Amino acid sequence: MKNKKSLMTGAEVIIKCLEAQGVDILFGLPGGSVIPIFDALVESKMKLVLVRHEQGATHMADGYARATGKTGVVVVTSGPGATNTVTGIMTAMMDSVPMVLLTGQTITPMLGKDAFQEADTFGITMPIVKHSYLVKDTNELPRIISEAFHIANSGRPGPVLIDLPKNVSAGLFTGKSLKQKMDIPGYKAVPKPGTRDIKKMAKMFKGAKKPLLLVGQGAVISQADKEVRAFAEKLQSPVVNTLLGKGAFPETHPLSLGMVGMHGTAYANKALINCDLICSIGSRWDDRINSNNDEFCIGAKKLHIDIDSAEINKVVKPDAIVIGDAKSALQELIKYVNTLNTEEWLKEIEYYKKEFPLKIDMDKGLNPPYIIDTLYQLTRGKAIVVTDVGQHQMWAAQFYKSDHIRNWLSSGGAGTMGYGFPAAVGAQFGRPKDTVVAIVGDGGFQMTAFELATVAIHKLPVKIIIMDNKFLGMVRQWQELFFDNRLSGVDLEGNPDFVKLAESYGIKGYHFNKISDTKKVLTAALKHNGPCLIHAEIIKEGNVFPMVPAGKSAYHMIIEPPKTRLEKPTGST
Amino acid sequence: MNPKKNDAKRNIHTISMLVANKPGVLVRIAHVFARRGYNIDSLVVSPAYNPRYSRMTTTAQGDPETLEQIIKQVNKLVDVIHAAEHTGEDSVHIELALVKVKFTATTKSIFSKLAKKFHARVIDETADTLIIEQAGTTEKLDEMEALMKKYSVVEMVRTGKIVMARGVSET
Repeated sequence: MKNKKSLMTGAEVIIKCLEAQGVDILFGLPGGSVIPIFDALVESKMKLVLVRHEQGATHMADGYARATGKTGVVVVTSGPGATNTVTGIMTAMMDSVPMVLLTGQTITPMLGKDAFQEADTFGITMPIVKHSYLVKDTNELPRIISEAFHIANSGRPGPVLIDLPKNVSAGLFTGKSLKQKMDIPGYKAVPKPGTRDIKKMAKMFKGAKKPLLLVGQGAVISQADKEVRAFAEKLQSPVVNTLLGKGAFPETHPLSLGMVGMHGTAYANKALINCDLICSIGSRWDDRINSNNDEFCIGAKKLHIDIDSAEINKVVKPDAIVIGDAKSALQELIKYVNTLNTEEWLKEIEYYKKEFPLKIDMDKGLNPPYIIDTLYQLTRGKAIVVTDVGQHQMWAAQFYKSDHIRNWLSSGGAGTMGYGFPAAVGAQFGRPKDTVVAIVGDGGFQMTAFELATVAIHKLPVKIIIMDNKFLGMVRQWQELFFDNRLSGVDLEGNPDFVKLAESYGIKGYHFNKISDTKKVLTAALKHNGPCLIHAEIIKEGNVFPMVPAGKSAYHMIIEPPKTRLEKPTGST
Repeated sequence: MNPKKNDAKRNIHTISMLVANKPGVLVRIAHVFARRGYNIDSLVVSPAYNPRYSRMTTTAQGDPETLEQIIKQVNKLVDVIHAAEHTGEDSVHIELALVKVKFTATTKSIFSKLAKKFHARVIDETADTLIIEQAGTTEKLDEMEALMKKYSVVEMVRTGKIVMARGVSET
């Protein structure tokens, strides 16, 4: 028998296992049921980032993961601590972000008895996790933690939750070794693209006159940027990207048409409706791109490369498929395709680019497109841009061109307001030497603004630009365009003085409301050594165009502000 | 009647799943169905031949496109070893029913005859009730149920369908 004193507690095992996984940072907030874990953390070299609200911890871990490719780790307590992570878990799930969450739980004999701060975390989170565990035995911790990290960051990544009853983390580990074999026979390893599928898909490209590549988050996750570029250049095919696919193909490349879809560029959407072949590389034909499947790329051959076979046939019925990660799929596919004769097609696209460019309207006053464009110039396109959700997000996607993967972080599938600022914090922790800019709206920022404390404590040089129009702008835009301008619940009267708010945390604040001050303020803010908040008071009633109304196909894109009333959209949100 | 044709007409699908024998697996699978508005008509769960796993067999009604998604999403669950739909041709389908009837002097022999016709048997008898056990295809169970209902049925319990692939292939 081993001496009881020499045995490790479950919490110590957890810390050792996290270190063995290469974790160097944890985001969290303690509470009764995780005190043993926080106690064990005292002895660890891993950095603990204490947040002000658990939702912030999840978005920080998310931003960290998207910016680095590593798994973000969250530690929170039971009950409300765990339920506060739900939005962040769902956000990570929707955008396939690797995350491991350790949630405290009441002691096992009290499970299901409405113990203090008990919530059925395992049950509540079940539909929004890739996988989850309720640990009942301290001795199983090493295996469970290895499995969790493996599952979170392989295949199609996603969040994995480990619910840890306090007697499991406080209990003693009597197992032989911390190296335990994983036991997940039902977890399908990453599929290798089938050669027959590759050859079949390659054949489809033959004779295509108007090909179009659509790159999405899958290309970012598998780091297929070089492969996408080589593939597009070999084919001489234009490329559009989804919101999350920004950077998977350089948006400054002559073959790039930028973002496609609801608020994509007009030329990208024109290419979408005129192509004769579309090949999705790691996108899921989301309804922001294809909100009317009956009119989606009519007559075009549809090819689909995806790591997740459940995405095949889910929205689009493809003519050829390859199941595998974007990188290995393209490495194979490129061997079997030849350069296509796309001269005419590229000319046609040049015409669209000239005829329907993105416009910055300088007539009405300080506007986000101009601010973002100035930011783009000043940072030479090299900043890590993290956005919140709404109008500013779409303007940022349009005007801040991304040339590199993992430099554009945005909540796509979930559309989580409050995501941007804490995600930028996580990104800055992951990449301390890079310039990180959070572009947020006045609405979303106030949902997680309390993390200003976290930024101040860690002296993180995050630059926060608040596009303040004193409205929930995207909803106001819909109400103006589709609901006779009957404004309802969108007026953000009561906004704080954002500069004073920043200053109260000891953070430098800037304010401007004139076009002519933009460059000066942004330059000063970017030079500022440390965190700063830039309060940009923008015109109140700017609208994002182009716009494809929800439920309509790209044929119905509105490029200019409409003069007549539009019918109410039929699509979802 | 060919059970496959019959099921296809009613849009009934039989899905067999081999899953890890762990807490929560059933809920995960039920979530996949419920989220897409698919009602599970029957569900049979029991330990598989290899006790590490459980075998689940469900029948559900709905359009084939949604079902394809459901099977794929179920297959994605870490605790699911595999899931597949089975039709009448590639597998045998069977279900068990217990029917409790109240009899009189005249109906007792009718019940006995009916049971015999359906290869069912009486497994319990009290002063005025019988419990009849019937094993067979869902269609045969439906048929006997319809006939029994003409008399005095007290209650009925059916297990739900189980399936097994024919030949050497595993279910």
